[in-house]
Amino acid sequence: MHVGLFIPCYIDQFYPNAAIATLKLLQKLGVKVSYPIHQTCCGQPMANSGFEHLTTGCNDLFIKNFAEFDYIVSPSGSCVLHVKEHLHSQEEEEKAVNVRKKVYELTEFLTDVLKVDKLSARFPHKVGVHQSCHGQRGLKMSQMTELVAAPFSKPMQLLQMVQDLELVELSRPDECCGFGGTFCVAEEAISVKMGKDRVADHVNHGAQYITAADMSCLMHMEGILRRQNSQVKVLHIAEILNAEEV
Amino acid sequence: MNSRAEILSRIKENQPELTSLPAELTAPLQYADPVAMFSTVLGNIGGTTVPVSSYEEIQDHIKTHFADQKRIVSTLPELSQVTEAGWEGQDPHSYEDIDIAVIRAHFGVAENAALWVTEELMQQRVIPFICQQLAVVVQRKDIYSNMHEAYGQVADSVYGFGTFIAGPSKTADIEQSLVLGAHGPKNMTVFIMDLN
Amino acid sequence: MNTGTKDHAGLADIFNEDEARVDWHDETLWFVRAKRDKAAHTLPEWEALRENASKIKDNVLSNLHDYLLQFEAKAQQNGITVHWAADAEEHNQIVHSILKAQGVSRIVKSKSMLTEECHLNEHLQKSGIEVIDTDLGERIVQLAEEPPSHIVLPCIHKKKEEIGELFHEHLGTPKGESDPQFLTAAARVHLREKFLTRKAAITGVNFAIAETGEFVVCTNEGNADMGAHLADVHIACMGIEKIIPKRKHLSVFLRLLARSATGQPITTYSSHFNKPRAGQEMHLILVDNGRTRQLGRADFRNSLKCIRCGACMNTCPVYRRSGGHSYHTAIAGPIGSILAPNLDMKEYADLPFASTLCGSCTNVCPVKINIHEQLYKWRQVIVKEGYADTKKALAMKAMDFTLSSPFLYKTAGKAGRWVIKNAPFMVNNKLNAWYKQRDMPEPPKQSFSEWYKKNNNE
Ligand code: SF4
Repeated sequence: MHVGLFIPCYIDQFYPNAAIATLKLLQKLGVKVSYPIHQTCCGQPMANSGFEHLTTGCNDLFIKNFAEFDYIVSPSGSCVLHVKEHLHSQEEEEKAVNVRKKVYELTEFLTDVLKVDKLSARFPHKVGVHQSCHGQRGLKMSQMTELVAAPFSKPMQLLQMVQDLELVELSRPDECCGFGGTFCVAEEAISVKMGKDRVADHVNHGAQYITAADMSCLMHMEGILRRQNSQVKVLHIAEILNAEEV
Repeated sequence: MNSRAEILSRIKENQPELTSLPAELTAPLQYADPVAMFSTVLGNIGGTTVPVSSYEEIQDHIKTHFADQKRIVSTLPELSQVTEAGWEGQDPHSYEDIDIAVIRAHFGVAENAALWVTEELMQQRVIPFICQQLAVVVQRKDIYSNMHEAYGQVADSVYGFGTFIAGPSKTADIEQSLVLGAHGPKNMTVFIMDLN
Repeated sequence: MNTGTKDHAGLADIFNEDEARVDWHDETLWFVRAKRDKAAHTLPEWEALRENASKIKDNVLSNLHDYLLQFEAKAQQNGITVHWAADAEEHNQIVHSILKAQGVSRIVKSKSMLTEECHLNEHLQKSGIEVIDTDLGERIVQLAEEPPSHIVLPCIHKKKEEIGELFHEHLGTPKGESDPQFLTAAARVHLREKFLTRKAAITGVNFAIAETGEFVVCTNEGNADMGAHLADVHIACMGIEKIIPKRKHLSVFLRLLARSATGQPITTYSSHFNKPRAGQEMHLILVDNGRTRQLGRADFRNSLKCIRCGACMNTCPVYRRSGGHSYHTAIAGPIGSILAPNLDMKEYADLPFASTLCGSCTNVCPVKINIHEQLYKWRQVIVKEGYADTKKALAMKAMDFTLSSPFLYKTAGKAGRWVIKNAPFMVNNKLNAWYKQRDMPEPPKQSFSEWYKKNNNE
């Protein structure tokens, strides 16, 4: 099995540790991973702003970089969802379909493809899980509270395998954090208010860390936490699943 | 072209390809004891159930509980001893001062405590809405579990006006705090009659 | 609604000046969402019901032409006069002409979002006809001279103290009295007098049955019934999409409607109007006002399945924190944002962007409208039609140019990190909207690509 690692642009530039943890975790689990060095972005920021028609360049590049792998794995539910739903190609639609089928968000790849049932990680802290909307409602990584259906959560299932980690319960387990791509600046007031409320839910329930399978939500919440001089930190789920604190 | 023709032709042009109606819902929720469920739900929405086994019992209830009420009307001849005579067939506005109206329902529904009442059971359409308090008599055997069974009962019956009534008139428009008696009845009593 | 030139973001800014009030608004609506969840969970078949409702509505849209004809014929047989209105203007004229023929100049009206959409009240008032809204929440906003901020809870944005003040001014309640029980009792007395003295009543329509020609009106207060059963003339106004095929389909919709709206198992009254009562005139107006156009838009037509339960608003994290008026259209919230651009794409170009696309709306919707996907699709349409602002358009083109070229991306990255300057949260910044209330991420010493090159030479 050969996995192509897809690292969204802002993780590459701002959060290399999340990417490194993803790579190391996959390697630890015996997967052969390569990072196509010429990748840039999936085109989501443009598409969500109404400019999907301008994403052909991004799409073709994405296909070129990733078409050959058995699986494509990324530590970002939101980017994966975008690829799954909107990646097309005028010349090579067959390849696009194929790419759409084999792209996975990291935690769902661990639970559904690798069928991981134990991890060697240890993380002795109280952790709040932010269910990022695109991962949850889009990729169905966890059950949403809107539906009358049996609950499950792939990220939590994995976190429960981490030694000494304590999950905190939230008042609103799956409310959006308000990042929303360009929404975060176009609707600054609402975006920040949503972020503040989300952060408060975690803080009030004693979380020391807020984690998620989407770094963009965390970046937004981190911006708010740091502005509040809070001690609470954000950490991508890959970093916790790969944590070796003793 | 007049608007009717115009609208219809635009619809014809724009409506998608015909899709079929879905199959009916299989096995909607049934309650082991629909009457008990009905009472619980009615309680939750601000009404009260009173189990009775005869019309005398209803009359007694009215006498003891509603003694201070001035104008009590009913569409049930069985209750004529305790209700006003000859009130029917007036201008609907004249019913403004009715304190209690007692009417019959065809049946009730356990899942939502709704009672199905059609025009001929109301005498006048406005009666169950304009009265200060409403009481409804329903047979115990006529309480169904859910709305699918309910519409099975309504079937293709003919009525000028029919309504499901579930509890007293209410509003929560002011800061979501529930207030009973918005415009219509301030409370509702349901006599569940078991004739055995 | 006249909001000047402000768009959703601008109006939301104003709403957010009072953070405590935003918290209150958010909590109040979240409470309604929680009641909805509880009610939904009482029915194990909830998801099957939603699916069923959605399929019935699909069928309706695919056969609307015939259903409308069938409905019209039955309704006429039942003694109802049926009118057709191509747009808001014609709808208002029809109402006016019916009232004029009767010589009526004072009427009562129960809740109808369609009449809000058509601005019926303004129209009638200009012609000297007094309209009293009889739904308590609508009466409150009417006294305040504001539009409703929510389709089910019209004055959810108002605090009881403000309502007390309004009632003191208009209904003469004691100053400082703000107890909901007391205020509701005062409104009851005030409105009862209206019901008893007005000769014509307007109601909305929740469902109209093609098979029987009857229409169903749902209220909790009983105000539609009080109005209709006391008036000599009853005018019911409905959008053409309110048709359902058969009477028995009401079982599905009535199970879903109130549970989704307020968490009640059913509204207090679900009234089926089949024939006028003896001596009464009953009119029904079928209104298009852009609906046939929406029906022709394959990506957006199923917005017409909406049963106006308001669940998508209660669950929307943006709506809860921006208030209904920030949508500057009769129907606020997620559903309003996919309906409004059909009415006026330029005026409402901002609304599909007033969302994080979180998808909660789609999943509470009792008729399974893919609301958040339609928001995404409207964005594409609005940009292509040229309604996106030009700065944004240029920035996006530059972004695509760089992101499609790994070389440019990496060099730009070196020259001060391309993403820092161009990431979506940095481009198009009005004086850097990110930084106003949020810290920037700290740029690490090296990017992942740089690390990878050093550490992982395969
Ligand atoms: S779109 Fe769906 S959830 Fe929103 S008001 Fe309409 S029916 Fe209700």
